[in-house]
Amino acid sequence: MNFQKMILTLQQFWADQNCIIVNPYDTEKGAGTMNPMTFLRSLGPEPWKVAYVEPSRRPSDGRYGENPNRLYQHHQFQVIIKPSPDNIQELYLDSLKALGVDALHHDIRFVEDNWENPSLGCAGLGWEVWLDGMEITQFTYFQQVGGIETNPVAVEITYGMERLASYIQEKENVFDLEWVNGIAYGDVFHQPEVEHSKYTFEVSDVKMLFTLFNMYEQEANKAMEQHLVFPAYDYVLKCSHTFNLLDARGAISVTERTGYITRVRNLARQVAATYLEEREKLGFPLCKKGDVEHV
Amino acid sequence: MSKDLLFEIGLEEVPARFLRAAMQQLKDRVVKWLEQSRLSHGDVHAYATPRRLVVRVESLAEKQDDVEEEVKGPSRKIALDESGAWSKAALGFARGQGVDPEQFTFKELNGVDYIYVTKSSVGVETSSLLAEGLLNILSSMTFPKNMRWGAYDYKFVRPIRWLVALFGSEIIEMEVTDVKAGNVTRGHRFLGTEVVISDPASYVETLREQHVIVDVQERKAMIEQQIQALADEKQWKIAVKEDLLEEVLFLVETPTVLFGTFDPSFLNIPQEVLITSMREHQRYFPVLDDQGKLLPFFVTVRNGDATSLDVIAKGNEKVLRARLSDAKFFYDEDQKLQIKDALSKLETIVFHEELGTIGDKVRRIRRIADQVGQALHISGNQVESVSRAADICKFDLVTQMVYEFPELQGVMGEDYARKAGENEDVAKAIFEHYQPRSASDDAPSSIVGAIISMADKMDTIVGCFSIGIIPTGSQDPYALRRQAQGIVQIMIAHQLPLTLSQLFDIALDVHEELRDMKRTKSEISKDLVEFFGLRVKKVLSENVRYDVVDAVIQAGFDDVVSVVARGDALMQAVNSSTDDFKTTVESFNRVSNLAAKAGNAEVSEQLLQEEAEKALYTAWRAVQQPYHTALSEREAPKALALLAQLKEEITQFFDAVMVMAEDDNIRKNRLALLASLDQDLKQFADFNKLVW
Repeated sequence: MNFQKMILTLQQFWADQNCIIVNPYDTEKGAGTMNPMTFLRSLGPEPWKVAYVEPSRRPSDGRYGENPNRLYQHHQFQVIIKPSPDNIQELYLDSLKALGVDALHHDIRFVEDNWENPSLGCAGLGWEVWLDGMEITQFTYFQQVGGIETNPVAVEITYGMERLASYIQEKENVFDLEWVNGIAYGDVFHQPEVEHSKYTFEVSDVKMLFTLFNMYEQEANKAMEQHLVFPAYDYVLKCSHTFNLLDARGAISVTERTGYITRVRNLARQVAATYLEEREKLGFPLCKKGDVEHV
Repeated sequence: MSKDLLFEIGLEEVPARFLRAAMQQLKDRVVKWLEQSRLSHGDVHAYATPRRLVVRVESLAEKQDDVEEEVKGPSRKIALDESGAWSKAALGFARGQGVDPEQFTFKELNGVDYIYVTKSSVGVETSSLLAEGLLNILSSMTFPKNMRWGAYDYKFVRPIRWLVALFGSEIIEMEVTDVKAGNVTRGHRFLGTEVVISDPASYVETLREQHVIVDVQERKAMIEQQIQALADEKQWKIAVKEDLLEEVLFLVETPTVLFGTFDPSFLNIPQEVLITSMREHQRYFPVLDDQGKLLPFFVTVRNGDATSLDVIAKGNEKVLRARLSDAKFFYDEDQKLQIKDALSKLETIVFHEELGTIGDKVRRIRRIADQVGQALHISGNQVESVSRAADICKFDLVTQMVYEFPELQGVMGEDYARKAGENEDVAKAIFEHYQPRSASDDAPSSIVGAIISMADKMDTIVGCFSIGIIPTGSQDPYALRRQAQGIVQIMIAHQLPLTLSQLFDIALDVHEELRDMKRTKSEISKDLVEFFGLRVKKVLSENVRYDVVDAVIQAGFDDVVSVVARGDALMQAVNSSTDDFKTTVESFNRVSNLAAKAGNAEVSEQLLQEEAEKALYTAWRAVQQPYHTALSEREAPKALALLAQLKEEITQFFDAVMVMAEDDNIRKNRLALLASLDQDLKQFADFNKLVW
């Protein structure tokens, strides 16, 4: 199954489970969890079901397109369902079947992995799912988001698309994966990998990035003062990505590191708290809709 | 009349590391509740797999035991009014106990008559108690980490997905988080189906048919047998580490052992790295040859049957290839790193906010190590090796390999240092300075390693104590106890001529010189003495009885080697001889008891009058010199033998001499004689602490 078919299959599968399918968010981020469709929407009492592909940037994982497994940017397929359904593990295993993974001919296991994202004040309990020893999915019940206890609890399923594809397509090198017939993953992403790695490690302007970090932080605060949650959160994401660029460049010492992470976390916490307030003012509109069957 | 009870909690995969304790906890809680509920029963069995916690009780009584209990009420005086009728108090008591005053009897207690009633409670039906009892047990279960799920207001280790609760073939009606208890369990996630448990006795077999081996011991034995069979077939040694086996055991419901292979070219990487990568990342068992050399194979355990093992092996090989490629990449990259560049990076790694960077720590280790070396009069070559090893002992902390596998600290340092041309003593000391890594680990074998190890540990302990981080109760986040114990262990292993106070002073001076200390040296020193006292005691207790430990500790533990030698010698004396040594000790104790009355310990030879006191004095003076020499040379058995020689003279002294003489000076002199003898005894042990 080619990469594109995998995405379409998962989209169809989760759409059939009543998830809304949205498109990737347009601000740089390190993981699908940071998309406001997850980070903000998993807060509060409103039911929420969503699925999307998220291209995720990890500047320090850039390897100039030379490493067969590590990438500056990889793809996550993200599913969020709140409250977590009672049969969520079975649904997930069905989604693997839809991708052609027959459990009887493989070794599939749920191995404890407690997920934390300290810079966003998030914590959850769950597993990494192993397919014949390879971690293909992160499966998490959110317990805390933006420093706030979740209630009800959302479940997050994050498929690592490249890993899953390299298994399904039996490829050793990520750049050899078939995106669609005749177009390889490398045809689409190799050049950006090389260029982003070079930019990240050799070219980026450290002084400018520090300035940008401060500017983004100020702007986030300014938006927060006006209770403009979504614009404020965009700037939190920008802070986070700028921090990642600085970190990959080796520009942040271990001591300073904690300080920057704390700054991002404080912003994220404020945004989370304000989001809840604003939703409450609106009367938590999605609560009234209940669980509507989509057509 | 009895029936079996079955309670199965069906869960999403529980973390492997919690399962054994959780299984035991469930069993304990059930047994305790049955006892409190006066429900007699037969054997209780507990089972656990990743998806279930189970308890099965054989022959559980269908009714509670009947009981009779006697309840005491008010005294006769209060219970009867003037007319002899029951008072309000008595009637109230009757009401409270739910009995008729007719049933009152009087009984005397301490000369006063009181009302008593005998109440008998007839046991109720077990079936009426089970639902509430089991629900309470469920909600009282504790785990290292709990979670919430869905929209339920409930916490458990992982979401509860089904419950089987059967008393005989009857379903116990109960419900939690919308899960209703029933008689339907779930088999293996992929190989099994849902299945009805007709009665508790058939549980284990029914699940076996569903490809679930619920019995933990049985599952473990299956894995071990399969591994052994594979090892025999291939002539391999498969290194089964107990904690990994334990984890794997709780990751599977049906275990099937399989093996895979990796490219032999990876064997150029140190085998510790390969083994760590296989174990930590993949939970594989490494495969060795007769000589303990790693072979390019791995063994893993699948959760399922033998279908498509080739596919699974191939998948695992692919994953391992990527892992080992990473390891090789790190290994090659790390060797491009110059040690001096690594050292400068240590300046940016914070050891502790108040104690500076690792770079700061290394500078302190260097100074402490140099001075300890001096105190031990090590040779010129060793002096150089100690300094160099101290300087570079932490350089591998900034390597990629140690970043990836923190437990390889020291292992990588040794390997990289040797490759970088450091001398053998230095390279080895980098590995050894983390020893002993656990209570069961060896002390460093080389003196250079021993010195760096003590310096590093002492620096951490003094640093932490200086900022008020002192272990209390279960709180010991920096594992200071283990480190102090490590120091004690090293001193003993190398029989170091070094006292704890020398070591404390060196470390305290270095800290005072290099940083601002909030607490004074004497405050810290006092805490250190107390802290190390307990550690020495613990180490001693491993071989020596507690009263013997107390006795020798009382005579001082500053010289660790000496206190251990004294402890061993005294223990041996207590064990070997019988009455003879006991009377010796009794004679010592008579000396001590009277010595307590002495004003001073200055004996005047002229004032000695009786033969027996002169004899004791002479005998004591004769052994005194050799005794002290033996003590300072830590020849404890010899020192003890010398003391024991005094037994006859002491006994005769007490038989013949009246210590409390009327003459002031003579009495004082006799007491002084005992006091000075006692001072010498107490340098060996406080013999009064011995328990016979």
